Amino acid sequence: MTSRRVFLKSGAMAMVTMGFAPSFLARTAAATGTRKKLLITVFQRGAVDGLNMVVPYGEADYYRARPSIAIARPGAADGAIDLNGFFGLHPRMSSFKPLWDRGDLAIVHASGSHDTTRSHFDAQDYMESATPGVKSTSDGWLNRYLQAKDDERNPLRAVALTQQMPRTLQGVAPALAMGNTADFAVADISARTSFEEIYQAAQDKSLHGTAGEAFDAMRTLAKSTSGRYQPANGAVYPRSPFGQALQEIARLAKSDVGLEIAFAESTQWDHHVNQGAGSGQMANRLDDFSRGIAALAQDLGERMADTVILTMSEFGRAVAENGSRGTDHGHGNAMFVIGGGVKGREVYGTWPGLKADQRFEGRDLAVTTDFRDVFSEVVMKHLGAGAPTAAKVFPGYQVKASAFRGILDM
Amino acid sequence: MWTRSFAALSLLAVIAGRPQAGAPTAIPATDDAIVHALNRLTFGPRPGDVARVKAMGLQNWIDQQLSPARIDNATLTARLARLETLSLDSATIQHDYSGPAMVERRQRKLENTNTEPPDPVMRPPSRPEAASARSRRSSLGLVRAEADTRGGPPSDVQRKDRQVIADIEEAKLLRAVYSERQLEEVLVDFWFNHFNVFAGKGATRNYLNEYEREAIRPNVLGNFRDMLEATAKSPAMLFYLDNWENVSADSPSPRGAERRAPRAGASPTRAGGPSPASPEGARPKRGINENFARELMELHTLGVDGGYTQADIVNVARALTGWTIRPREGSGTLFVQRLHDDEEKTVLGHTIKAGGGQNDIEQVLDVLAAHPSTARHIATRLAARFVSDNPPTALVDRAAARFTATRGDLREVVRTIVTSPEFFSPDAYRAKVKTPLDFVTSALRATGAEVRSAVPLARELREMGMPLYFCQPPTGYNDTASTWVSAGGLVSRMNFAVALSKNQLRGVHVANPSADLETTIGSPAFQRQ
Repeated sequence: MTSRRVFLKSGAMAMVTMGFAPSFLARTAAATGTRKKLLITVFQRGAVDGLNMVVPYGEADYYRARPSIAIARPGAADGAIDLNGFFGLHPRMSSFKPLWDRGDLAIVHASGSHDTTRSHFDAQDYMESATPGVKSTSDGWLNRYLQAKDDERNPLRAVALTQQMPRTLQGVAPALAMGNTADFAVADISARTSFEEIYQAAQDKSLHGTAGEAFDAMRTLAKSTSGRYQPANGAVYPRSPFGQALQEIARLAKSDVGLEIAFAESTQWDHHVNQGAGSGQMANRLDDFSRGIAALAQDLGERMADTVILTMSEFGRAVAENGSRGTDHGHGNAMFVIGGGVKGREVYGTWPGLKADQRFEGRDLAVTTDFRDVFSEVVMKHLGAGAPTAAKVFPGYQVKASAFRGILDM
Repeated sequence: MWTRSFAALSLLAVIAGRPQAGAPTAIPATDDAIVHALNRLTFGPRPGDVARVKAMGLQNWIDQQLSPARIDNATLTARLARLETLSLDSATIQHDYSGPAMVERRQRKLENTNTEPPDPVMRPPSRPEAASARSRRSSLGLVRAEADTRGGPPSDVQRKDRQVIADIEEAKLLRAVYSERQLEEVLVDFWFNHFNVFAGKGATRNYLNEYEREAIRPNVLGNFRDMLEATAKSPAMLFYLDNWENVSADSPSPRGAERRAPRAGASPTRAGGPSPASPEGARPKRGINENFARELMELHTLGVDGGYTQADIVNVARALTGWTIRPREGSGTLFVQRLHDDEEKTVLGHTIKAGGGQNDIEQVLDVLAAHPSTARHIATRLAARFVSDNPPTALVDRAAARFTATRGDLREVVRTIVTSPEFFSPDAYRAKVKTPLDFVTSALRATGAEVRSAVPLARELREMGMPLYFCQPPTGYNDTASTWVSAGGLVSRMNFAVALSKNQLRGVHVANPSADLETTIGSPAFQRQ
């Protein structure tokens, strides 16, 4: 009992202080290139307040704009965790600090879309399709990546640990959405056989295709993921839906079913009222978010050498707090990029400042990095896609290396 | 005038679409057409329904469904009678059900602080204080109900509290399966989703019953402006989209009574005691909250491309200041003049004069309800629900025109859509994929299942990603195929088909299930409507 509590408290930090940092620090593993690259994307739905997540505590205007919800400076009670003398992490994200210190965590601040919408739905749609301003795009950017590198029709190549297929993965390439691996089976064998026959015979293209992937995946999963899952390296996931989804991703990654793209979502970031500061609603969501991701990195261990975890949210929030100690919809935001090949310990992007005339429309953090600059760097450098593939993944957008922020080793 | 030209137009459309027939009506009499109408206007055909509709005539049946008050519904009424919380008002629910459970939960949390190792998300070890636990609970409302079950058997107080949600879930499923007024139930589901509120957000759950019963249900075949006002002024919506905290920037007493009211923890209250250090920070100032104003325009009326600006959002938010509730008491809606911004505002080019007071909201709703973008948005959504995920433009045009001509008479807009040639075009037959709710209820209706308890059904819907009353974002559930066609979803549906046909769902019974029942319910054809 006691040991568990101690572990919960210390988490990943203990790994470092006890002297056995995960071996994914050994970056040489990444160079061997024998194992498949893994990209795990995490969507923070509801528009996280990036200014309280990655806090520009060095900017006086931040405090002027947020009299009751600002995160205090490092050193103060519930103060930010200093990163570089200007930015700090929210105090409840301490599980990210070891990743930062080891150079495996990079941040891109003031990133987002050049489309001005402050609609959750539209902004999520634009980010997931990676075509801001274009609603008619039928598929998501991750699915277009799968289409462009269609060298194998493995149903477990791309998996969303969500009940509904996220827009990011919608499209003609095979991808799966499932709540978890354990329930992903038709338990009744004779029924399974009958179902497979009728779906095979069906004229219904979309259901036929989806069911075919489901049956293939079921067979593979039955062989590869039996029994109870035991996280490695002492990783402890939050017992939240998000924590459980990440644990399922680790399980799939380690069971060698050919996972290349994984998706999970963290929800409830729309804090218009009583957002809180060092503690409160948002603090609790950040705690879940960061502990989940830190546990995933710890659990994947040396596999992190071949892995990138990329987080995103549809837009940021207004610089100034609103009349209810919350924040209304804004613009620029912060993304995290985590992995063995990441040139971490750095906040990338051009900081636009928070003075009224530096803000977007006088109110929001301005966007200085197009989110597609980050996505395309990941697609090309991490997943190894060539320029023609990248062009297909990001239609209507000029993918160019000069726009990359230099977050990843080549 | 308009009606006549519309009639001529639609007749032309029919003739143009079917040159072989001089048919006087757009409604074909085939069995396929009847099945299609049953698929879309009900929660699925029951055995014998096709013959029944055929006997009375499809047109007559549609007319009858459009006037539900004339349809006898005694069987359903009898089934609903045992749900004791269904007819209660919000204040009673708060006082007798949610309130006591909240007090008990808080008590338990304080007592347990130093004993049981908690769920790390619900209560991280470093943050045991009650204020933090309270705000965490409200941000994780969905998790809360389930988390209660972990610490042993529920107390009587907790059981009673849970009854509120259990009853409304049960009522929804019983109505979907057993109501004779099927179109009405389909529309209640549609409009609740359009004006979605989330039971997991604090006090919203106390107001849920009243919301569906009084703001949605009476208006689904009535006037849009009435429903818009009923939802906009409902405590459920005022809480869910935060307008109860939307006040004029000049409001007096930053810690006034209205603000303090929700401290009981039914809501996302102020987190963790005093404000953090913010050396340069001025005193916290009250002021507007844009949340409801934005969603009112984007989702409820104009649509995201409906032509409003950020300035319109701010001005609508200002017009809505002062409309509040006291969630701790389960109070009804109040207008508090001193919290209202009474200066002049401009909304979509209309001037709202200073001094309008509580009339400001009426003016805003008038402008929004009468706007052509609203007609188009509502027409599009209804046509997408009833015809296809991407409804034909000509149909949307006619439905929007009908909306405008009738000043938002929803019965006439629905009638236009469901009697249109586009609705009865074979292209539309089985063009839609069922949502989990449609799937589960249509399976129950097709098998003539006897539902003694809807609890296992509600659980199935949660697992299929469509928990009743727990859709968190204000967009509501998407009802398009791209959302619901997923491998995980199909596997769940197949397992449901097996469980239903083998009578493995407790509280649900299928008499004499046929041998091929599971493959029928689990088949690709049955996933479509």
